Amino acid sequence: MLLTATDIHKTFHTADGPFTVLRGVDLALEAGESLALTGESGSGKSTLLHLIGGLDTPDQGQIMINSADIAAMDDNGRAALRRGTVGVVFQQFNLIPSLRVADNIAFQSRLAGRDDPKWNADLADRMGLTAHLRKYPEQLSGGQQQRVAIARTLAPRPKLVLADEPTGNLDEATADDVMSLMLDLVADAGAGLLMVTHSIALAERLSRRVHLRAGQVAA
Amino acid sequence: MQLFTLLAGLALATALWSGVQAVNTEARASYDSAAATLGEAGYDQLVSGDDQPISLETYVALRRAGWLVSPVIEGQINGVRLIGIEPLTAPSSLGPVNLADGADIGAFLSGRGQVYGTVETLAALDVTGSVAPDLAPNVAYTDIGVAQRMLDRAGEVDLLIVAPDQPLRQLALREVAPNLIRRAAAAGSDVGKLTDSFHLNLTAFGLLSFAVGIFIVNGAIGLAFEQRRPVVRTLRALGVPLGALIGLIAVELMLMALLAGIIGVALGYVIAGMLLPGVAATLNGLYGASVAGTLQLRPSWWISGLAIALGGTALAATGALWQLSRMPLLAAAQPRAMAMAAGRRAKVQGGLAAILIIATLILAATAQGLIAGFAMLAALLIGAALGLPIILSAVLAFCANRARGVVGQWFWADTRQQLPGLSLALMALLLAMAANVGVSTMVSSFRLTFVGFLDQRLSSELYVTAADANQAAQITERIASEVDVILPIQSVTMPIASIPTEVFGTRIHDTYRDTWVLLDSLDLPWDQVASGEAILINEQLFRRAGLNVGDQVMLDAVPLTIVGVYGDYGNPIGQAVIGEDLFVKLYPDVGPLRFGVRVPEADVNRVRSILRDDVGIPDAQMINQAGIKAFSLDVFDRTFVVTTALNVLTLAVAAFAILMSLLTLATMRVPQLSPAWAVGMTRAELGRLEVIRAVLLALLTAVIALPLGLALAWALLAVVNVAAFGWQLPMYLFPWDYVRLFGFAVLAAAIASLWPAIRLARTPPAGLLKVFSNER
Ligand SMILES: Nc1ncnc2c1ncn2[C@@H]1O[C@H](COP(=O)(O)OP(=O)(O)OP(=O)(O)O)[C@@H](O)[C@H]1O
Ligand SMILES: [Mg+2]
Repeated sequence: MLLTATDIHKTFHTADGPFTVLRGVDLALEAGESLALTGESGSGKSTLLHLIGGLDTPDQGQIMINSADIAAMDDNGRAALRRGTVGVVFQQFNLIPSLRVADNIAFQSRLAGRDDPKWNADLADRMGLTAHLRKYPEQLSGGQQQRVAIARTLAPRPKLVLADEPTGNLDEATADDVMSLMLDLVADAGAGLLMVTHSIALAERLSRRVHLRAGQVAA
Repeated sequence: MQLFTLLAGLALATALWSGVQAVNTEARASYDSAAATLGEAGYDQLVSGDDQPISLETYVALRRAGWLVSPVIEGQINGVRLIGIEPLTAPSSLGPVNLADGADIGAFLSGRGQVYGTVETLAALDVTGSVAPDLAPNVAYTDIGVAQRMLDRAGEVDLLIVAPDQPLRQLALREVAPNLIRRAAAAGSDVGKLTDSFHLNLTAFGLLSFAVGIFIVNGAIGLAFEQRRPVVRTLRALGVPLGALIGLIAVELMLMALLAGIIGVALGYVIAGMLLPGVAATLNGLYGASVAGTLQLRPSWWISGLAIALGGTALAATGALWQLSRMPLLAAAQPRAMAMAAGRRAKVQGGLAAILIIATLILAATAQGLIAGFAMLAALLIGAALGLPIILSAVLAFCANRARGVVGQWFWADTRQQLPGLSLALMALLLAMAANVGVSTMVSSFRLTFVGFLDQRLSSELYVTAADANQAAQITERIASEVDVILPIQSVTMPIASIPTEVFGTRIHDTYRDTWVLLDSLDLPWDQVASGEAILINEQLFRRAGLNVGDQVMLDAVPLTIVGVYGDYGNPIGQAVIGEDLFVKLYPDVGPLRFGVRVPEADVNRVRSILRDDVGIPDAQMINQAGIKAFSLDVFDRTFVVTTALNVLTLAVAAFAILMSLLTLATMRVPQLSPAWAVGMTRAELGRLEVIRAVLLALLTAVIALPLGLALAWALLAVVNVAAFGWQLPMYLFPWDYVRLFGFAVLAAAIASLWPAIRLARTPPAGLLKVFSNER
């Protein structure tokens, strides 16, 4: 199994008191498989994704990626996981504003020590970014920025790709384009994909779907 | 946070300004009252040229001709030196009676014979007078009429004291009273000029520290406006007129400035209170007179402090308000708006910096006078400050291109992107450091030069001052056989090349040949001076009169060749040295009252006791050279303490500016840092990089500040000092001081960045993740 999440709990402590979002989530994903995660707004999809990506820690439960327990890792361990094993595409603000597009694409793979310029160029080409490599993120449109983010995530060839409504801010046609590209590339790379989405149509294109409700997975 | 930055910055700026100002005025006030206790020796005097007492007619004629002079009679009764002065015309600080306090003024004026002295003095005179315990032993003051009666010399006057401030229009002394000679003030002027230089120094410092503060305020206001844009836009969209909005903001700012100003003046008062004891102690030692070490809270400080705070805010806010007034109603909120605006502004700023630097260079080549000197300083500092971000940006771009590692590359690029937000704080740091380098170089150079100068001027082991010509003769007679040589010190004030010059009649001796450093000279200058055909002049006269070595000048119709120029660092006016024989021939009746005595160090105390016991010279009139030197160095070292304290304060303010900028930027930083964190950097790593960034920027700034500070020192030494005091100080470099300063700057930056860095390292993941979630 590439990913197993067992009995995940997460509570946020806000000024108005504790606010429990996840109450015992179970999830599994195999390499090469793609999973759509749906649920109402505020149901905790992003929260779950962040926990799996090693960006935050669960209060309870176990998350195993490639048989390694994330909860048992320290800050450095989780950072290494984010560099090399997992790639995350967020809804927005994915890019480093001070670096050019080319450097943004190469950033994560270079951090991971797995830079492959040919592969980077290939990714940029397939994402239609070749003409923009010397630009800064702020000079790109939203769709272009998301394509850069996807290229950057795929550059180090992560085993697990997590995507949080990567096309949520885009118009439908652009969203379709970006999504197709992403699915193709993930399939080519043989990675596992966990994607949060609101779109039924999109969810249909993935191999499996789970729904999050009341802090639990309701298959 | 914004409010705090604004208030703290403005308050600190005002505090530094008013603190320095307070030290300055208080020191000056103390100095004035101290100078007063020097007695008549502190003033120029008119003495008779023909050994006759000065007549009443001469006195009246002088007053009619516009001379502010006051008659004095002196004499000895029972070993007491009785001095009669004319309380109405005497400089207000002369004598024992503090005329301002009014208690005894009636008695003093009525001539009822009130005599002032210590209990013992009054007993020796056998009069019942007023006890004035502050007076020196065996000196008594009284009204001139009373003194004339007691000395049995009705209607006679020994000398006339020349008040320091004379009207511009007055007839020449020669026309009114041809038989009178002006004798230069005996003491005090050396150190007086020194303190003046010290004050100038402090004032420049006060201005600089205020400039540093204004940079902070400007930054704070800029950021405050940046954050308020949306509110302003919403309000305007709702129909609130722009004018009303701007007026409202202006009023709000002014209220805050007022509050900050009040805090600042109070703070400045505390700073001054801490620094002042040093200054007071300095002056105390300087004049042997007690000077109030306490601070008065003068209303003028409140006014000037508040004015500066309000003015500074107005200055800083005008630009921001103007921008606001031009802001389009529907401009999209740009995350990088500040950086982009800065990019556009960079061109203007660069142009301005270039113009100012060019102006500085032109002024450096041509500047003459105090105003031009200060204009040059201002152009240099502002130009450099404006140019700083541009230079830094270029350096960072270069580094980013050369960087190999991915983190390094990102680090440089990110640092460069941060510059606009930090540049004001960095400018403040630049100014603070340049001021540090400049002023400490100046003070240290001053010290080195002055030590050399003291060695030259205080070459005799013992200095003795006689009360009158009679005592002077006794001194010479009594100890001539006991010592190596007696060097009389006598001078008159005479015009040379139309410039009033203090002319010394000097007994040429190896002492001078060995110790005096001549800036320029002909062969065997001292022998030529001794022969009565030549003259040595000081640098001030040399510069002001545009004279050259080899030129001929006239002294009372005697042609003399200038055979040398000497450096003179204790004197505002022209000075010249001629041979003793010629002096005596020209001014037979001046007669020396001061003597330098060359005697082996071991014999100094023996000679002192002879002079005390046999000639009756009070100890206060004999000064060991070693004592003066130690004392003068002490003055410098205290100056150092005060300057160092101010240095540290300015640096602290700059560090505070960095801290504030970093904290304000911290919130804007999250979107820039989160992506790097999300793809695999740790928070601790990011925090470390923040510290490194701050230290690096501080170091780069320091590297630029060093030449700037040296240029500042040069301007102070070679332009401002020449304009203010008439001499140029040689400049020395003090590498270790600079290294230490670098250390301080780096430390300050590291400390300032530590808090934001730790905060960043401790940010919960949720805080960083917010950036990516759709709630934003
Ligand atoms: N840092 C936080 N502190 C407090 N509450 C939080 C925090 N992050 C998320 N929440 C709350 O947790 C709940 C789940 O948030 P989450 O972002 O996971 O929802 P989501 O399913 O992704 O919603 P959406 O579809 O709108 O993106 C929400 O009610 C949100 O307000
Ligand atoms: Mg979400």
